[in-house]
Amino acid sequence: MLLKPDPTFYPSAKAAMEAPPEKLAYVAMLNATGDGRPDALAVVDVDPESNAYCRVVGQVEMPGAGDELHHFGWNACSAALCPYAPHPHIERRYLIVPGLRSSRIHVIDTKPDPREPHIVKVIEPEEMIRRAGYSRPHTTHCGPDGIYMSALGSPSGDGPGGVFVLDHYTFDVLGQWEVDRGSQYFAYDFWWHLGHDVMVTSEWATPNMIEGGLDPQLLLDGKFGHQLHFWDLRRRKHLQSVDLGSEQQLVLELRPAHNPTKTHGFVGVVVSLKDLSSSIWAWHRDNGAWEVKKVIEIPAEPADPELLPEMLKGFKAVPPLLTDIDLSLDDRFLYASCWGTGELRQYDVSDPFNPRLSGSVRIGGIARRAPHPRNPSASLNGGPQMVEVSRDGRRVYFTNSLYRTWDDQFYPDGINGWLVKADAGPNGGIAIDSKFLLEFSDRRPHQVRLQGGDASSDSYCYP
Amino acid sequence: MLGCYHGINPGMGWLFAVALGLQEKSRRAVLLSIVPITLGHAAAIALVVALAQYAAPSLSYERFKVAAAILLVGFGVYRLVRARHPRWVGMRVGFSGLTLWAFLMATGHGAGLMLLPVLLPDRAMGPAGSMEMGHMVATPSHAPWIVTAGVHSLGYLVVTVLVALLVYERLGLRLLRTSWLNFDLVWAIALTVTGLIVLVV
Repeated sequence: MLLKPDPTFYPSAKAAMEAPPEKLAYVAMLNATGDGRPDALAVVDVDPESNAYCRVVGQVEMPGAGDELHHFGWNACSAALCPYAPHPHIERRYLIVPGLRSSRIHVIDTKPDPREPHIVKVIEPEEMIRRAGYSRPHTTHCGPDGIYMSALGSPSGDGPGGVFVLDHYTFDVLGQWEVDRGSQYFAYDFWWHLGHDVMVTSEWATPNMIEGGLDPQLLLDGKFGHQLHFWDLRRRKHLQSVDLGSEQQLVLELRPAHNPTKTHGFVGVVVSLKDLSSSIWAWHRDNGAWEVKKVIEIPAEPADPELLPEMLKGFKAVPPLLTDIDLSLDDRFLYASCWGTGELRQYDVSDPFNPRLSGSVRIGGIARRAPHPRNPSASLNGGPQMVEVSRDGRRVYFTNSLYRTWDDQFYPDGINGWLVKADAGPNGGIAIDSKFLLEFSDRRPHQVRLQGGDASSDSYCYP
Repeated sequence: MLGCYHGINPGMGWLFAVALGLQEKSRRAVLLSIVPITLGHAAAIALVVALAQYAAPSLSYERFKVAAAILLVGFGVYRLVRARHPRWVGMRVGFSGLTLWAFLMATGHGAGLMLLPVLLPDRAMGPAGSMEMGHMVATPSHAPWIVTAGVHSLGYLVVTVLVALLVYERLGLRLLRTSWLNFDLVWAIALTVTGLIVLVV
């Protein structure tokens, strides 16, 4: 318990942009070798002044193997300043790190030494199942009144998936969040418009549909998620679902405007069955009803079938496979990871319904295998995937692994993990930092969280 | 004085008023939301004061004193050990929601308990509020509880309006980062200490 608010809490996203640059990054690392060793959380030095710049300086291994570390988040963030449930003297200290496959949730303490985090609590899958009725935990967001997490499915691996809440003092699983889930069945990501008491959720699929690999038949039949759901955050009730159309498959990352007075946000769709394109849609509320509009379409790129994995040979093209998006804290720049084509795009979304492509870098890619400027002769595999933007909006970190069984279908030679950083100009434009290339020898990096917070870690109650 | 202290605490009301004003982009929304917030706060205080005053005649001075001390210390220690805040609210709250929120915040904070020493059925009482209201509760069975709660709430209202407007119009919310002292911790300690003093004096 602190005497003054945690210094990493900011009342508004605008104020958080004044935060000092991060010195450390935490990276979830998947062990895909099948050698029985566990996944781990790495601590990476990202301070350009340090002699350990761009090196792993600490690591904590999970207690069991096979977790599939994926996304993770902080126990507390700027949402603790929200007026209706204030508790600003809690510390941003613990990382909540779920295993997407094992359903174990690890609570990792980053103090006293942020370079040597250690596990202080493990929530076993049985507790989560007993208290919340869910399994396969995914997204974590520190909310104004608790830690919210999404889960892909039921204990049996079918649906429905949903949202559950942890107590942010004790990390006890408080239970299933939904009072009335309406038509919602699939789950994946969630976030909210705090100023409007609205939650938004998206759809991947049930665990049984994805854990063995991407089933092409399910995809071609349009069986994966293609809807958005809007909820009354306070009454925990389903309000409305919006269907993007069954040809829009895999509706994943949600990035609502950070400004709580706004009601717009962005969601990425991995693939369109019509032409293998990826797309980004903007939602907004109009006269009380939620509407969604496609605002960005990224086309597939023709490619020599020789260079393509089995699943894509017949198409003679590489789909962009937009797997992650991230929105800068000023709600101005949207980053889009094209894991298939190996491109990270930056869009100026000052006008959310008329985005403008303002920057692009190429690295990796299924057919292209573009190298990093630090080692221009070595081709890289994987592509930009999990992307994280610093609070000031000037540094963009991204990694190249998606999900173990799916990695192997699109990159059959096995993903060689890397973490790369790009620098963003104050008025747009991005360039890869030629000094920053961190290659992981035996683990695959997934989500990156920046010390003190980043562009997808905090929620704000004030404009 | 206690009313003013509660008024300054961001968790007691002004911050919610400012947030609603910023959300609506309207100073009017700031001021309008202070009405239910003050009502809720006043109700929480009045409840404690009224209960104490109706209980007082049936209790001896000693018993009242011990009961008040136990309540104060017990609540203070509880607050020190276990921090709590409401879970059911959001940003879209109406008049009754805000009133209930303020009532719960003040009650959960133990805001009314600090007035117990003032209400001791004898003039020889603890120091906490003696200079403020001692003269009014000299004969508690006749002292209208509504006046005690009213005076407290007036102090609360004045400070809440002043701070809310000052922050909304001039200072901005960045000051939260440095100036939001842990009022809850201070308050929990104050409750405990006051309880001990009541017991000893």
